Amino acid sequence: MIEILNLQKSYGKNLILKDISLSLERGRIISILGPNGSGKTTLIKSILGLVVPQIGDIRFDGESILGKWEYRKKIAYLPQIARFPENLKIKELLNLIKDIREQNADDNYLIQFFGLEKEMNKALRNLSGGTRQKVNMLIAFMFDSPVIILDEPTVGLDPVAITRLKELLEREKDKDKLILFTTHIMSLVEEISDEIIFLLEGEIYFKGSVEELNQLNGSGNLEKAITNLMEKRNV
Amino acid sequence: MFKIFKYSFFDLIRSTWSLVYLLFFLVITSAILYMSGDLTKAIISMMNVILMLIPLVSTVFGAIYLYNSREFAELLLAQPIKRKSFFLGQYLGLSISLTVSFLIGVGLPFIFWGVIGSKYLSNFLVLMGVGLLLGFIFSLLSYWVALRFENRIKGFGFALFIWLFMSVIYDGIFLLILIWFESYPTENLAIILTLFNPIDLGRVLIMLFLDTSALMGYTGAVFYKFFGALNGILISSMTLFLWIIIPVFFLVRYANKKDF
Ligand SMILES: Nc1ncnc2c1ncn2[C@@H]1O[C@H](COP(=O)(O)OP(=O)(O)OP(=O)(O)O)[C@@H](O)[C@H]1O
Ligand SMILES: [Mg+2]
Repeated sequence: MIEILNLQKSYGKNLILKDISLSLERGRIISILGPNGSGKTTLIKSILGLVVPQIGDIRFDGESILGKWEYRKKIAYLPQIARFPENLKIKELLNLIKDIREQNADDNYLIQFFGLEKEMNKALRNLSGGTRQKVNMLIAFMFDSPVIILDEPTVGLDPVAITRLKELLEREKDKDKLILFTTHIMSLVEEISDEIIFLLEGEIYFKGSVEELNQLNGSGNLEKAITNLMEKRNV
Repeated sequence: MFKIFKYSFFDLIRSTWSLVYLLFFLVITSAILYMSGDLTKAIISMMNVILMLIPLVSTVFGAIYLYNSREFAELLLAQPIKRKSFFLGQYLGLSISLTVSFLIGVGLPFIFWGVIGSKYLSNFLVLMGVGLLLGFIFSLLSYWVALRFENRIKGFGFALFIWLFMSVIYDGIFLLILIWFESYPTENLAIILTLFNPIDLGRVLIMLFLDTSALMGYTGAVFYKFFGALNGILISSMTLFLWIIIPVFFLVRYANKKDF
């Protein structure tokens, strides 16, 4: 569904992504892992066309996305940092996004699902951090998009909301969607992801399932396996 | 583009700053009308206020708005929308909301003082037109500068420098050049230098229109001599439009290759 071919991206002199090639298919939950600053967000933003790579190509359903915008109708995105126009109310923000996407939105259901009914008329500037993140999620999940990309969706969420998020992800996966997310919470990865892509210093250092990663590092615990992976590289 | 415009516009027009800007113009225009007691004098005093303040306020608003809506840009650019539509829509929302505050703030007191039925109506309309164009130009320049500089301090500094340069430094340099080349014919030079400064252009445009030669100043007189009033007005207003069209072109080009 999404193919990344020899992607290279640098900011100024800093080479962030060195020759990344990947093929991402439907019906899977794929987690992108890696230490802070390893280029996860940069990779995601390249897929969305927010970041323009210097070398390489990204294909969506076989077609290059560079300079295009229509393909984003099929992608839902949750950015790592959720800040909004402060004067708008949640309701107005949702209407804005709906207005722009011109797609059917299942927002009423999700508003209840995340318990946001009472917040809808609050201005965004007055929301708590976790509530903002819920709004961020609402925007990502309210359209029926075949690709869902989430950049650290759990930040600021309470345990109930995290459970809800997991439910949603499983449900969407069963609809044969491609779900791509980043996180630093290893238990979440263990629980829901079918595949791990581990980025380190701009390269794909590991790609495979949780079990494979555990075997490779000889530990029964993903958190340890990942830590080992990062530290080995540092020595 | 229209959707983005609509949202930016309403986002801004509801902000306290728009209201402050509007009230400020209401107060200062009423005060000037009250003190000068006659429409001609008031129009000339307002001209100086407008030539000074509109560029400054538009510069400040342009940069603030861009920096405050960065994450909004990130969110919306991830939606199915062209970058060009987003940035032009936002820019129009910004400049038109500023213009609305200005038009109401200055227009209401003048209407109250009976400018509509008077023979000064056309002068007044030119004044408003120049204010409008300067608002569009300076919010565009500062919006573009702010887009180019990630660092807010640098972006703000640079945008404010453009304003300072155009409204103060430029005239100083202009004057020095005229003094240095005193013995040569400097008319051509004066015209060219004026074309490169939208504030001077605005002033010339109003002066030519008011046709009060005593107030025209050197550049106004040169324009008058070279082109006559009508052509002078045409050339200066066309150049003011170019001051919008050319930066818009650069803005779009830059927006298309930027990382968000
Ligand atoms: N717009 C930018 N300009 C310059 N450098 C950038 C920019 N965005 C990111 N970087 C740099 O690129 C590198 C990768 O950043 P990125 O945000 O992709 O990391 P990440 O893997 O998402 O990290 P985290 O886990 O902290 O979210 C970092 O060194 C960062 O400083
Ligand atoms: Mg990140």
